[in-house]
Amino acid sequence: MLRWIVWRDLTLAWRRRADILSTVFFFIIVVSLFPLGIGPETQLLRSIAPGIIWVAALLASMLSLNRLFANDHQDGTLEQLLLTPQPLFLVVLGKVLAHWIVSEVPLVLVAPLVGLQFDLETETLRILLISLLVGTPVLSLIGSVGAALTLGLRGGGVLISLLVLPLYIPALIFGSGAVEASIMGTAPAPHLSLLGAFAIVSLIFSPWATAAALRISVE
Amino acid sequence: MFYPVAGKMIPWFAIPAAILFAAGMYVGFFIAPTDFQQGDAYRIIFIHVPAAWMGMFLYVLMAIYAGVGWAFNARLASMMASALAVTGAMFTLVSLVTGALWGKPTWGTYWVWDARMTSTLILMFLYIGFISLQASIDDTRRADRAGAILALVGVINVPIIYFSVQWWNTLHQGATIRLIGKPTIAAPMLTAMLIMLAACWFYSVAVVLIRLRCIILEREQNAARFAEVNA
Repeated sequence: MLRWIVWRDLTLAWRRRADILSTVFFFIIVVSLFPLGIGPETQLLRSIAPGIIWVAALLASMLSLNRLFANDHQDGTLEQLLLTPQPLFLVVLGKVLAHWIVSEVPLVLVAPLVGLQFDLETETLRILLISLLVGTPVLSLIGSVGAALTLGLRGGGVLISLLVLPLYIPALIFGSGAVEASIMGTAPAPHLSLLGAFAIVSLIFSPWATAAALRISVE
Repeated sequence: MFYPVAGKMIPWFAIPAAILFAAGMYVGFFIAPTDFQQGDAYRIIFIHVPAAWMGMFLYVLMAIYAGVGWAFNARLASMMASALAVTGAMFTLVSLVTGALWGKPTWGTYWVWDARMTSTLILMFLYIGFISLQASIDDTRRADRAGAILALVGVINVPIIYFSVQWWNTLHQGATIRLIGKPTIAAPMLTAMLIMLAACWFYSVAVVLIRLRCIILEREQNAARFAEVNA
């Protein structure tokens, strides 16, 4: 069931490749805007790079969250999924996993390239990659709760960011903290461990909350 | 129906709230001694600290009511949660504003990214999320339940956010500015603060009940009118 859901969502996403690309380009453009606004001092840019890249990743993941359930809701597939005998937990997990692969993994892969714009060192780029790899599942997981709660509401796009962004804060803190520690020359491992712990906590609670929210939104 | 009971309870909380506010202000302004480090500016503490406590506490209370309302399908509890949200957000805002006003004369700045201030700000964001989610759902049953899920997710998140902000703060720069540590707080100061806390409590109950009555009226017009006529 899990594999089927993931496969189905990936296929659907592949048929609409432009959506994936637009998220990635949004990410790149937002990150590139900061040096233009702040000025080209390398030292300053290097010190704010972790925060900028992470915040841009949060914003970019906001863009794709709307699509997580909306299309299935519109054509009625979601109701069918709710009626299946399998636990809704699994359905949600599959959809979140697919969302992560489609919307977050491209960002993670592009991030080191973007990091070069800020003159980050190889080791720091590696930490950036790891921190995003550990942290972006959190974005998909917590975001799915927001997506399920705002399903079919007017102004859902803005509302979802109001709901979800405050909950992202720990991921932002630990994720950019790890990168910053690596820039400063201290150990990034504690940050990454905490980020991993947060990811596990949200893995346990989020699919359950999303399942409950879906049942409320579709009744 | 709770409507007439709430109506009778309101004066019992509103009047003590007014008296306690007056008493707390009096003790705070005239009896409590001037702080030798901060001068008279510290007196804003008498509204700042109770407001901050209430802001945090009401969020938990709101989540509990919302959860109960969702789990047992108790409409009154859900309405209570919606009524609490606005008051809680108001207290959080008050604590932020008074904190900023207090910070200017003592720390020399309106805002620092201190762990407590940051987490209070985030608490404010959580309140705003809850209120705006409920406001954008027309179907009240769905609004109640969706709000409940959001509030519960928020409650799980609040400790995580709090600790992450604290670690973030200490890891970034070390605490540069700290609340001036007083080993013990002078007795009249403590008294004034506790009186003000009690005042805030009574005020909250009174206002929440008033708001609850409005919500009941809005949602169950026929039933509430009927109860009012009978009462």
